[in-house]
Amino acid sequence: MSLKIDQDHSRFRAIVRGKIRQNLRRYISQGELIGRKGKELVSIPIPQIDIPRFVYGDKQKGGVGQGKGDVGDPVGGQEAEGDDGQGQAGQDAGSHVLEVDVTLDELADILGEELQLPAIENKGKNRIVSAKDRYTGIRRVGPDSLKHFKRTYKEALRRAVASGIYDPKEPIIVPQHDDRRFRSWKEDVEPVANAVIIYMMDVSGSMGDEQKEIVRIESFWIDTWLRRQYQGLESRYIIHDAVAREVDRDTFFRTRESGGTMISSAYKLCGQLIDQHYPSSEWNIYPFHFSDGDNWSMDDTLSCIELLKTDILTRVNMFAYGQVESPYGSGQFVKDLREHFAEDERVVTSEIRDRDAIVGSIKDFLGKGK
Amino acid sequence: MPLSPNQADLPRYLFVEQEKIEKIARRYGLDFFPVVFQMLSYDQMNEIAAYGGFPNRYPHWRFGMEYERLSKSYEYGLSKIYEMVINNNPSYAYLLEGNSLTDQKLVMCHVLGHVDFFKNNFSFRSTDLDAGEPITDPVRKRGNEYDPNRRWIDKMANHGAAVRRIVDRYGIGRVETFVDNCLSLENLVDPWSRFVRRRREELVEEEPRAVEVPRLRSKDYMEEFINPEEYIEEQKKKIEQEREKKKGRHPASREQDVLLFLIENAPLERWERAILSIVRDEAYYFAPQMETKIMNEGWASYWHSKMMTNDVCDWTEIVDYAENNAGVMVTSGGRLNPYKLGVQLYRSIEDRWNRGQFGPEWEDCNDLDQKRHWDLRLGLGQQKVFEVRSLYNDVTFIDEFLTEDFALEHQLFSFGWSNRNERFEIDSREFKNVKERLLSQLTNFGNPFIFVEDANFENRGELLLVHDHRGVDLRNDYANETLAALVRIWRRPVNLATLADGKKVLLRYDGKEHSSRVDAP
Repeated sequence: MSLKIDQDHSRFRAIVRGKIRQNLRRYISQGELIGRKGKELVSIPIPQIDIPRFVYGDKQKGGVGQGKGDVGDPVGGQEAEGDDGQGQAGQDAGSHVLEVDVTLDELADILGEELQLPAIENKGKNRIVSAKDRYTGIRRVGPDSLKHFKRTYKEALRRAVASGIYDPKEPIIVPQHDDRRFRSWKEDVEPVANAVIIYMMDVSGSMGDEQKEIVRIESFWIDTWLRRQYQGLESRYIIHDAVAREVDRDTFFRTRESGGTMISSAYKLCGQLIDQHYPSSEWNIYPFHFSDGDNWSMDDTLSCIELLKTDILTRVNMFAYGQVESPYGSGQFVKDLREHFAEDERVVTSEIRDRDAIVGSIKDFLGKGK
Repeated sequence: MPLSPNQADLPRYLFVEQEKIEKIARRYGLDFFPVVFQMLSYDQMNEIAAYGGFPNRYPHWRFGMEYERLSKSYEYGLSKIYEMVINNNPSYAYLLEGNSLTDQKLVMCHVLGHVDFFKNNFSFRSTDLDAGEPITDPVRKRGNEYDPNRRWIDKMANHGAAVRRIVDRYGIGRVETFVDNCLSLENLVDPWSRFVRRRREELVEEEPRAVEVPRLRSKDYMEEFINPEEYIEEQKKKIEQEREKKKGRHPASREQDVLLFLIENAPLERWERAILSIVRDEAYYFAPQMETKIMNEGWASYWHSKMMTNDVCDWTEIVDYAENNAGVMVTSGGRLNPYKLGVQLYRSIEDRWNRGQFGPEWEDCNDLDQKRHWDLRLGLGQQKVFEVRSLYNDVTFIDEFLTEDFALEHQLFSFGWSNRNERFEIDSREFKNVKERLLSQLTNFGNPFIFVEDANFENRGELLLVHDHRGVDLRNDYANETLAALVRIWRRPVNLATLADGKKVLLRYDGKEHSSRVDAP
């Protein structure tokens, strides 16, 4: 049902959107939104949108209350939201923050607008289709659970009137077998584009909590953006020190090992994952690797580059490497990658110094439109 | 009474209840406009609540914001709007679909209390659309039947249509921004102007006569000695200066109705003036409701509890009723609940006038024991509460009937911000402090007093507003924003003289930057 207020509401939403956009960089660098993510909605705290008036300042204001307590006792809790307009006399402790719910899609759009991200080019991988049922029609047979009561009774009424047994003084309608109507569905075929993000992270001792937090924030926004671009998005997580293993999301961000670092182990596992689950003819594949740039040996670095060239790059949309600066890492790996893949558009590298650099690195990663 | 089409929408069983309850209410002496109840689903209810009770308002995003807030707090189960009624003749009231029958009855009783209040309290006289000005007689009746034109539903809808027409012509963005500016000034009205004669007819402007300095009589040849040319010139200048000064004084005296002043004096385009007038009209419509919040809610609660417990509920319903009633009457976190305070005050008045606890003899009596058992069996309580509901507003109601005994018995306290502990704390239980705080909070609906002082400040066509400081500073960031809104209407720099931390301050906005100067005029 459409309401008159919808127009006013949508203009309010537009104002909210503007506010979110204004504050987006702050939200990103502070990682504020991550804990607020539900299944489809993100709840975003924005400063109260208000119409300014001449009003009294809060602190000198005070008020009158009712209840127990001695002089000097704190006045209890926040004002409860009760009946409409309750608490006129003596309200207001602290300022309200408005929480608005935004769908992840909307958030992705805002991100796209603010960072001017290009939409991702179609890779021509839309051959996969899925069928979807839509209830659009009516038919005469069907299961009871799909019975359309209104139509059934209409039909019965029609029959009653036509056969002259309808009595307006005693309008009793009894549907018969033939009157029954059922909802029916149609299968719609939709092409789907699927994508998988394979996150890899170095969890060796040199990656501290702050570094991991940066990766977490960054992955949130990458997820959000790619989810907007593809109907089906999967994420896989690989951690590695000297050996690599696949873990779930929680473990991915929590684990801390003390061993050395062999990046090639992760790339190998990544290749296997693609082999087993994600044929490149059907999937858009996005490996993202984060580390502090320390690798065990030059030999291992060379085998990484070999793996990328022969195994991974041929099958993925792009390969992204983010190097988070840490006090312990040498930061060598990104230089090696750049040296070998300077000409290759499929490899995107980015150095993330601190949280403020997250915005820029998201743009590096997603700004290519791949 | 013939059914209006709207009433026919109400389910039959509720209409039957309405008739029953109205009969009971009339028996108690309540006197109300016809009431049209409508059943709404929760999102319709939220929509109408966001529009301040009206089905149709002018377009503005803040209604959308309110709608979002209401819908969300309903969906999360934080709050639910039980009842809503608007001051209109006939009155419209809304029932929420899916409430239990007991709830619906409770709402009906409560609503009748409100409508009786709308019809009989003097504050609401100013919402009579057919009232000639000024309204001086608080209990005026027209013949036996007082049946004023309060078709505010139509008026609000007309406002909506007018603004939509303007939007069609100038675009929503421009109009909405202007409405934002107007709304910033919404509270700058004079709540009493409804009851005093509006401005005198403007005197016909006299042509300023040429300055003539009176001369002493003299013979021709003495003229330049008796009336020396330099002296005459000097006098001429003096008079001119004085006249100039007087001419600069506009308005002639302080003006609290800032909105009216702007409508009459600001260089606005026609559509802008129309919108500003609409905002002002609506501000005056809502003013009586803010002026009588405690009394109005108290009166409605007083009657719903009386009717529900004495007449309407049967024994299967009384527990449900009691639970709901307790929910409405609850004081949470020590905050004052106008429903509760109001109903308790009416009951205390009723009790006192029943027992004759008023007048000089009662006041002068110092014997506590005698006072406790004071009962003259006058039975004037009912009569008195009806009189009170007609003739008082929140300020006079609290001032006259909130007694020391009452404050003590109902555990009232005043609280303030503690800088040391950074929290609100109870600062006093002294009757004098509590009452003073409460009254100052209600005065001018809790809005600061702002006046137009000079429309040609420092002879530069700037507007000077004065804040009559009564102990509480203005909120600075809001004040600056509001000045910005004023500049967009006045189109010249705007100044506000106020106090901040005990010092005189002149806040100024010239359209580009904000400045504040200590030691204002």
